[in-house]
Amino acid sequence: MTLLASSATEHRGITMTLFGLFVLATLGITVWAGRQTKDAADFYAGGRGFTGFQNGLAISGDYMSAASFLGIAGAIALSGYDGFLYSIGFLVAWLVALLLIAEPLRNSGRFTMADVLAFRMRQRPVRTAAGVSTIVVSIFYLLAQMVGAGTLVALLLGVNGDAAKRWTIVAVGALMVVYVVIGGMKGTTWVQIVKAVLLIAGTALMTVLVLAKYHFNPSELLGAAASASGKGAAFLEPGLKYGASDTSKLDFISLGIALVLGTAGLPHILVRFYTVPTAKAARKSVLWAIGIIGVFYLMTLALGFGAAALVGPKAIKAANAAGNTAAPQLAEVLGGGAGTTGGAILLAVISAVAFATILAVVAGLTLASSASFAHDLYANVIRRGKATEKEEVRSAKWAAVAIGAVAIVLSLFAGKLNTAALVALAFAVAASANLPTLLYSLFWKRFTTSGAVSSVYAGLISSVVLVVFSPVVSGAKTSLFPDADFHWFPLENPGLVSIPIGFLAGWIATLLSKDRPDPAKYAELEVRALTGLGAH
Amino acid sequence: MDSPPITTAPTEVQLIDDSEEFRTLRRSFRSFAFPVTIGFVLWYLLYVLLSCYAPGLMGAKVVGHINVALVLGLLQFVTTFAIAAWYARYADRRIDPPAAAIREAHGAVVHAPRESAE
Repeated sequence: MTLLASSATEHRGITMTLFGLFVLATLGITVWAGRQTKDAADFYAGGRGFTGFQNGLAISGDYMSAASFLGIAGAIALSGYDGFLYSIGFLVAWLVALLLIAEPLRNSGRFTMADVLAFRMRQRPVRTAAGVSTIVVSIFYLLAQMVGAGTLVALLLGVNGDAAKRWTIVAVGALMVVYVVIGGMKGTTWVQIVKAVLLIAGTALMTVLVLAKYHFNPSELLGAAASASGKGAAFLEPGLKYGASDTSKLDFISLGIALVLGTAGLPHILVRFYTVPTAKAARKSVLWAIGIIGVFYLMTLALGFGAAALVGPKAIKAANAAGNTAAPQLAEVLGGGAGTTGGAILLAVISAVAFATILAVVAGLTLASSASFAHDLYANVIRRGKATEKEEVRSAKWAAVAIGAVAIVLSLFAGKLNTAALVALAFAVAASANLPTLLYSLFWKRFTTSGAVSSVYAGLISSVVLVVFSPVVSGAKTSLFPDADFHWFPLENPGLVSIPIGFLAGWIATLLSKDRPDPAKYAELEVRALTGLGAH
Repeated sequence: MDSPPITTAPTEVQLIDDSEEFRTLRRSFRSFAFPVTIGFVLWYLLYVLLSCYAPGLMGAKVVGHINVALVLGLLQFVTTFAIAAWYARYADRRIDPPAAAIREAHGAVVHAPRESAE
């Protein structure tokens, strides 16, 4: 806390001003977008009028959360190479989306993930399952971002105490609901685009400044980081964080699988593919996203090793044990150090970018989950498809308010949860509950309603139950309940077990069920998915 | 039922599904997407397993402070970019033209006016 606290008061004014400008600009965009939002396709899918490049930026904006920016930079700064392992899984995962999901989803669905799952199945059970899993995944992810926001504000603005954290969470929650209710998908997409550009620009600036200090020689930067870390060459090798025991190695494998298979099942990412006019544009948006996200993760390497070398692990740990403030601390050093104007300005800029990042990501999550509530649960399950478009969009707006309220309340109580674990959990649930059903629905002719419902619930329940009985919740110092111990599952990430359960449940239930798949509907899905014939 | 009536009758869709053109298109798509997916997932898993169980190999120095682990990690980035570019080229040649031909032959060129928005 020492390094930041000393200068927190100096830069607080600048940070607040910059962040205020971001909020004002994005609110302006939101109101403008809201005026153009007339029907359901506008509200849920931004009128399907975005280009591949715009949507690629927006996908990057949705994906590069504060957990990536602050979390990975911090993890690299403290654990060296093991922090880098995260970014590789996060990037490779995009190939699953590119090759198997983006185009067929764009062609065969309309507004939500459940549109694809329910295409040739019985509507109500499948939409209920998919809606529930969409909302669960999004709420885990929302909690991670909002709890993170509370902690960050306290640290970056030098405001201590629980009251500041609580007000931050409430303010972030209120703003995200405003973005979604007024701007719909069009407004939210532009917020993501603005944020992605700011984040890339901020990260690029810091990367150049770090590399300049080491004559643009990466080897020199690595050497300086290794010696400053106090761990020598081991800092640059795998194993510091995950190599301790057989269990931690298995945990790492579990995490790796969840990351690589989870992305293509994240609801707030999937709905992005509906904002473009064609499958080809959906492909282009993923190609842009892979380029942007890849370069971003390469730059976090420079930030992480730069923070290790220039700030040092002691100062980073003193500010935040998990290393979440490594990037802003690095900004202060790069600007000239604590107490200098340059340091205060760069720290303020990077802090404002971090807030913008959180705000944009939570808006995307709120939109995806409220869209699923309105389109899947309200319109098709509760009203059995008899709701008008107007009623559906109105219920989506109310759902956004309700989900915002739930997220605010849960975040206020979940202040102690480890944000990285929550994000990894969201990926594990998405990979276990959503991805198997999506793949079976698109590519397996014989797949049935029973298979779809079983796969979603088995993946969802197994991943959540395994986490409840894991060291994340009890039995370890870092647990949610450190004093209790009812854990029997040794791994922090459930993916290694729950993802196979999701796949197996869908397969077995299909073979055992008496449902007959409808060959005509599968032919329709197949033709539509591959050619776009009849797509929205 | 949420999905709106599609412009061609179900029977016609089944005929398309059975047609030689569509089967070729499906084969072109699957014969690329499925093996490549298996390939990059295995390549990624190999990297994860090496990180866990082959510390000696991963720690070996290549140039200066750059070791095998870092080179392999960066190679994952390189292969991801390369596969993405490869698929983009492949889809342009082998998937988009036959898909467009099928759309046009069956009169439901739903996206024609919007195609320019790409």
